[in-house]
Amino acid sequence: MIDFLQMIVNGIAVGSSYALMGLAMVIIYKTSEVPNFAQGEMALVTTYFTFMLLHTFGLTMANAFISALVFSFFLGCLLEFTVLRRAKEPNILGMIVITIGLEMVLLGFVSWKFGADPKVMPFPISPYDSVSIGDVFISSLELLTLVVALFLMIVLFLFFKFSKLGMAMKATQQNNTAARLMGISTNRMNMMTWGISSLVGCTAGLLIAPVTMQPYMMWDPLLKGFAAAVMGGMTSLPGAVFGAYILGITENLFGGYVSIEFKSVVAFMIIIFVLCIKPSGLFARHYVKKV
Amino acid sequence: MDMKRHYYEDVQLFSSGVIVFWFAVLMVFLATFPFFFKNYFVYVANYIAINIIVVIGLNILVGYTGLISLGHAGFFAIGAYGTIIFMTKWSLPFLLALPLAALVAALFGFLLGLPALRLEGPYLTIATLGFGLTITQVIGKLELFGGRQGLHAPELLIGPWHLDTDRSFYYLVMIITVILTIFARNLTKTRVGRAFIAIRDADLAAETMGVNLVLYKTLAFAISAFYAGVAGGLYAFVLRFIEPEIFSLMMSIMFLAMVVVGGLGSIMGSIVGAGLLSWLDLQLRNILSLPYVGKWLETLSASYFSITGVSNIQFILFGLIMVLIMLFEPLGIFGIWIRTKKYWKTWPF
Repeated sequence: MIDFLQMIVNGIAVGSSYALMGLAMVIIYKTSEVPNFAQGEMALVTTYFTFMLLHTFGLTMANAFISALVFSFFLGCLLEFTVLRRAKEPNILGMIVITIGLEMVLLGFVSWKFGADPKVMPFPISPYDSVSIGDVFISSLELLTLVVALFLMIVLFLFFKFSKLGMAMKATQQNNTAARLMGISTNRMNMMTWGISSLVGCTAGLLIAPVTMQPYMMWDPLLKGFAAAVMGGMTSLPGAVFGAYILGITENLFGGYVSIEFKSVVAFMIIIFVLCIKPSGLFARHYVKKV
Repeated sequence: MDMKRHYYEDVQLFSSGVIVFWFAVLMVFLATFPFFFKNYFVYVANYIAINIIVVIGLNILVGYTGLISLGHAGFFAIGAYGTIIFMTKWSLPFLLALPLAALVAALFGFLLGLPALRLEGPYLTIATLGFGLTITQVIGKLELFGGRQGLHAPELLIGPWHLDTDRSFYYLVMIITVILTIFARNLTKTRVGRAFIAIRDADLAAETMGVNLVLYKTLAFAISAFYAGVAGGLYAFVLRFIEPEIFSLMMSIMFLAMVVVGGLGSIMGSIVGAGLLSWLDLQLRNILSLPYVGKWLETLSASYFSITGVSNIQFILFGLIMVLIMLFEPLGIFGIWIRTKKYWKTWPF
């Protein structure tokens, strides 16, 4: 029983970082219908930028992390402004190719600049401290990730539901032309979305970095986060978080009881299975397409 | 301009005598190629030809049918491992093992096509991507497939010929490539090909016109997987040693990049795209030994970047190519060709 609880807690802990990446992808997809494969590498760039601030320029941690958040926001805006907005015929395949291209550019740049060897990211909380709740252990970094993920989910949910900016972003996705006619600058909305999404993704990067920091560190969280977002329906923020936790927990239970070797495969099997039953995810309303 | 007045003008293989002539020239060139060039270039030609096969197959899926796949490295791996295992475990001859392995890949393609019937956009992307990753993981973990150690390709005997050099292997690869290219070209002109294109343009409209979506979508996946399987089987003998790490997500991405750079929905484009990017890929693997830029990059990396990561310039370049092609010429090199042709045909106007 303790084993079982421990596995679930581990699953939730892993799921939190997937949830952050999932949230970041959902925000962009919600507004511009772009599945953003560059999300992970945007976070990677910010993480290495923070590392550089701390390591080379010797900033204090508080300053470095705050400038990282600002930097990530502007990085997102910049990418949208310089690349995505220039797309001629934005269809889904084109967008996927563009974001994969961006991903490769950013990944190549980071590994060129910093080399492929693992780095040690200074962080206020050591990844080896842990907290015990009853007989179950969770590392304090994972606890922090969990809190951040839930906090961001609630904040973003409220943001999209009640704030004027959030409503404008939602309007942009649902009907671009109508939104523009209502006086919403849809271009600016898209840019802001990329900024906010990059900021959310960057928190994931910063929270993963103390455990492992090398140029490929964001691939797994990105793919799992994407899978979680798809499972939740790609447009639903709580859906993405819920999907991430389901993935994390089943992954760990499968690893514990069935086979540790195929642990990382099971997430994608679940995804394919869920998509067979509900083609647009668990939490999204299925829009009927017209000719 | 090109006005087609008769159905047979549309389906014929060569639309004019000029094209027959150039086709013959190309065939002669391909047949005599190994006599004129160094061994390394023959190896490059094999590598390119194999990529051409995959990319044509992927283009049938992505460019003609409008479905997305980021899992083609999976089919490629099935072809490679299947061929070697059929040859070593069942001791089948190569010419039987290769189509058999490709058929296994096609079967997996069919199975992946089933969920794809209801999926589109990001949902389909993640499903195919997951498939590709799963295949690599499973192959890496099972003993039958050699696990992490990988597998060695057996000796390649076809009838009386022993194909143990790049030169002798070249003819096998080229014959298969030419056959599969012509097949793909003809396929796109038939009822099946038109059904694919109709599905790409509007699948609901196609369905109301009587195109069986279940049949044609799974068929597109199966054909595409078959091509990837054949190419994988050949690739195993180019490398002579295969391990799971080769068939990574990056490989699937590269295939997609070749399709996009060459031009969606164009066989000629696929050939050019695959050729260009595979050649670039081989050149950039040892980027520091390139003439002119190598030295400059070395000093640049040493002073501002890290010298260990210099090979990653390859990623930057490929990424840039993908982004720029999508931004400025969504139809890729084929689109540029079409525009150039139109410009000269209508020149003074």
